[in-house]
Amino acid sequence: MTTEAATIGMTHSGSEDTGLGHRGPESKSIVVPYGFWLFVLSDIVLFSALFATYASLVHATDYGPTTNQLFSRTTAAWETAALLLSTFVCGLALIAAKRRNMMWTQVWLVATGLFGLIFLIFELREFVEFIESGAGPQRSAFLSSFFTLVGCHGAHVTAGLMWLGTMMAQIWAKGFREHILRRLLCFTIFWHALDIIWVAIFTIVYLIGTLP
Amino acid sequence: MSPVFGKLTWAAIPVHEPIALATSVVVILAIAGMGIWITANKWWPYLWHEYITSCDHKRIGIMYIVLGLVMFVRGFADAIMMRAHQYLAVGEGPGYLAPEHYNQIFSAHGTIMIFFVAMPLVIGFMNFVVPLQLGVRDVAFPTLNNVSFWLNASGALLVNVSLFVGEFARTGWLAFPPLSEKMFSPGVGVDYYLVALQISGVGTVLTGVNFVTTILKIRAPGMSYFRMPVFCWTSLASNLLIIAAFPVLTVTLALLMLDRYLGFHFFTNDGGGNSMLYMNLIWVWGHPEVYILVLPAFGIYSEVAATFSGKPLFGYRSMVFATMVICIVSFTVWLHHFFTMGAGADVNAVFGIASMIIGVPTGVKIYNWLFTMYGGRVRFNVPVYYLLGFMLLFVGGGLTGVLLAIPPVDFVVHNSLFLVAHFHHVIIPGVVFAIFAGYHYWFPKAFGFTLDERLGKAGFWCWFVGFNLAFMPSYLLGFWGGTRRMQHISDPSWKPWLAVELVGAFFIAAALAITVWQLLYSIRTREQRRDLTGDPWDGRTLEWLTLSPPPHYNFAVLPDVHGEEAYWHRKQLAIEREELIPEPNYQPIEMPVNTPTGVIVAFFSSLCGFAIIWYIWWLAILGVVGAFAVFVWYAWRDEHEHIIPIEEVIANARERRRIRMDALHTVSQST
Repeated sequence: MTTEAATIGMTHSGSEDTGLGHRGPESKSIVVPYGFWLFVLSDIVLFSALFATYASLVHATDYGPTTNQLFSRTTAAWETAALLLSTFVCGLALIAAKRRNMMWTQVWLVATGLFGLIFLIFELREFVEFIESGAGPQRSAFLSSFFTLVGCHGAHVTAGLMWLGTMMAQIWAKGFREHILRRLLCFTIFWHALDIIWVAIFTIVYLIGTLP
Repeated sequence: MSPVFGKLTWAAIPVHEPIALATSVVVILAIAGMGIWITANKWWPYLWHEYITSCDHKRIGIMYIVLGLVMFVRGFADAIMMRAHQYLAVGEGPGYLAPEHYNQIFSAHGTIMIFFVAMPLVIGFMNFVVPLQLGVRDVAFPTLNNVSFWLNASGALLVNVSLFVGEFARTGWLAFPPLSEKMFSPGVGVDYYLVALQISGVGTVLTGVNFVTTILKIRAPGMSYFRMPVFCWTSLASNLLIIAAFPVLTVTLALLMLDRYLGFHFFTNDGGGNSMLYMNLIWVWGHPEVYILVLPAFGIYSEVAATFSGKPLFGYRSMVFATMVICIVSFTVWLHHFFTMGAGADVNAVFGIASMIIGVPTGVKIYNWLFTMYGGRVRFNVPVYYLLGFMLLFVGGGLTGVLLAIPPVDFVVHNSLFLVAHFHHVIIPGVVFAIFAGYHYWFPKAFGFTLDERLGKAGFWCWFVGFNLAFMPSYLLGFWGGTRRMQHISDPSWKPWLAVELVGAFFIAAALAITVWQLLYSIRTREQRRDLTGDPWDGRTLEWLTLSPPPHYNFAVLPDVHGEEAYWHRKQLAIEREELIPEPNYQPIEMPVNTPTGVIVAFFSSLCGFAIIWYIWWLAILGVVGAFAVFVWYAWRDEHEHIIPIEEVIANARERRRIRMDALHTVSQST
């Protein structure tokens, strides 16, 4: 009997096989990522509401700047590259952690953080540039929704970086314990989900917004 | 604005408003009195260890229900003040509430009743019942569950603080812009509303994640989907809706906050803002919210109908399908809340038809309950009274809903007292009666003794009569042109009807008073009303397998489930054979340890929320940093579970078996 299965309730043999749910409570290694997926799902619903808001306000520019006048595909491409690389090395960190390799785990996690930081710097520079040119979020409903949608993603990346920092400290101090590896898995799920959302932002905001 | 106190000054204390001041003083004295009472009896350590820091789903459920009932008193006080004012403010009469005060009261009434009464009560029942019915020891994430509760409590606290410090929103319970924008509502009222709902909303989303994971991943061996009790199914549907709908509420309120705090233009009249976007977003959450509340209520009625009829639920599978159909269709009807927006006949027709379709699975459920009772040996305990009252009234409320789903009719009665009558007509019999049925039904499981039946029935009759008197006249007033939220009523011929409604409110007040008296009386006579077997109602689901109150770990060994109605099957087998199943192989049990994380996080989030409302930025930052620090500190812990020694498990289990054997002998002697 593993301690994991015993936490919520012990599975025990002898129950009939009904196909679904016959085994009794799942182990924590199933339950925790499953719950975290559901949380990510709720986050995606949150973003879908922001996308809907953006889509319905994108033309409400109040005689101010429009998407074509503001957005640059080049900046967005650099941001995309940084974020995708960050996710890639995050995956490498998870592999290193599964091999219990402390040095490479930490190296890849630092790289994950650095690429995330580069993404954020690009995004903040873009925001500052817009605001300085008089295209701040108070200018029009379109810009309000742009700053909120993209900024909310940026806030998620920032929160992810804080999580990453505590994750690295935990792995360093406590080693590769079962529950810490589970958290690392959840972190990678989160980080990948932010990529998916960014791909949608890249397409809906930057690509469509710069169509001639 | 002061850098230390933000917008907060002594002027925020309502010294010139006698009603608000008197209420504040009474509430503060009551809280202080409770504190002194608890301190004098040295109950703090007990409360701290057994409730406040507990991760036990049963304790958390009880805390939710206590929170909901306390807030019910607050919400009802608002209601009776409104009814009294309406009666006095007809024709020449000025009433006794100033317009800005009256507006706060109806806003607070709606906000409190939905978010801090109905939600905590429904979530409280899910907490208490679902793991027991699934035959397991706790929810998927017990600590998160505790955090969810305290975040809800934090939101409730802020709503109540608005009574003493500052004001509450005057915008109605959904704070529609542009009225709720800074330009038209410059005070802190809307900010209290927004911040309180954001904090409690986070708690609710976490609850949704927790319960969906629990129901889909943590069930007793053999408990396949189509063996789950209907209450578990309806809870699943409700929590799926929470995950899909509450994030939209978070976004909607966040956008309004950005408008108010940072001058964004989402819903403003200028800058290209669009207030109808708010209507769409808030009702994309708001309509599923109706089903988040009523589906678990339907689950309670299903349990009550089957248990007290002594029959399996009629059409179990159709009940499950009806529940899941409602779960999905509830996302396709939101526009019926604003047919008058002018989306055009086509759009209105689509949403009108969808709104009528959702009545079909609900009708299926009504028939299922009726056929469950048909041919059964119905025992008329208090929960059955509520069930019958519900079926009688809810059909009427549902029919007026179908009426409102017809766009041309909706144009006529939109925003009228007819609408007010309709939604009270579905939500009071639908949700509130279910809560009272569930309260009587599961009380013995929670505390080990039953509630007094005679007083329970008296309470029911007060509710039933009171509800009809208090809301049926509103249908008429609505047809006569009465709009909702009126602070003054100019037509003196309405006075008799308003008098009837006020009398109805008094009946409901009597129902609440009887409920309090029933609780005190039942506690005092608890020795005569002990539930010694753990199965006072001859139940059919697994919560009645264990003792009342259940041990912390619920079941010494997780029950093996064979077929629907897991416990009924097992019980009949035992009665037939006149023996229990052979003693299983007991093991020590690991249970999650208590943690103060939830209450500390809620402390910091309350501070942060209060600071944001009053623009005290240093305190807001402190609150966020504090909450993050608690999070890191909690994540750093090494001790996750504590072990309940095998001796204790065996001793408890053998005691339960002895009690059950006695009960078995009694049954076999009587037959």
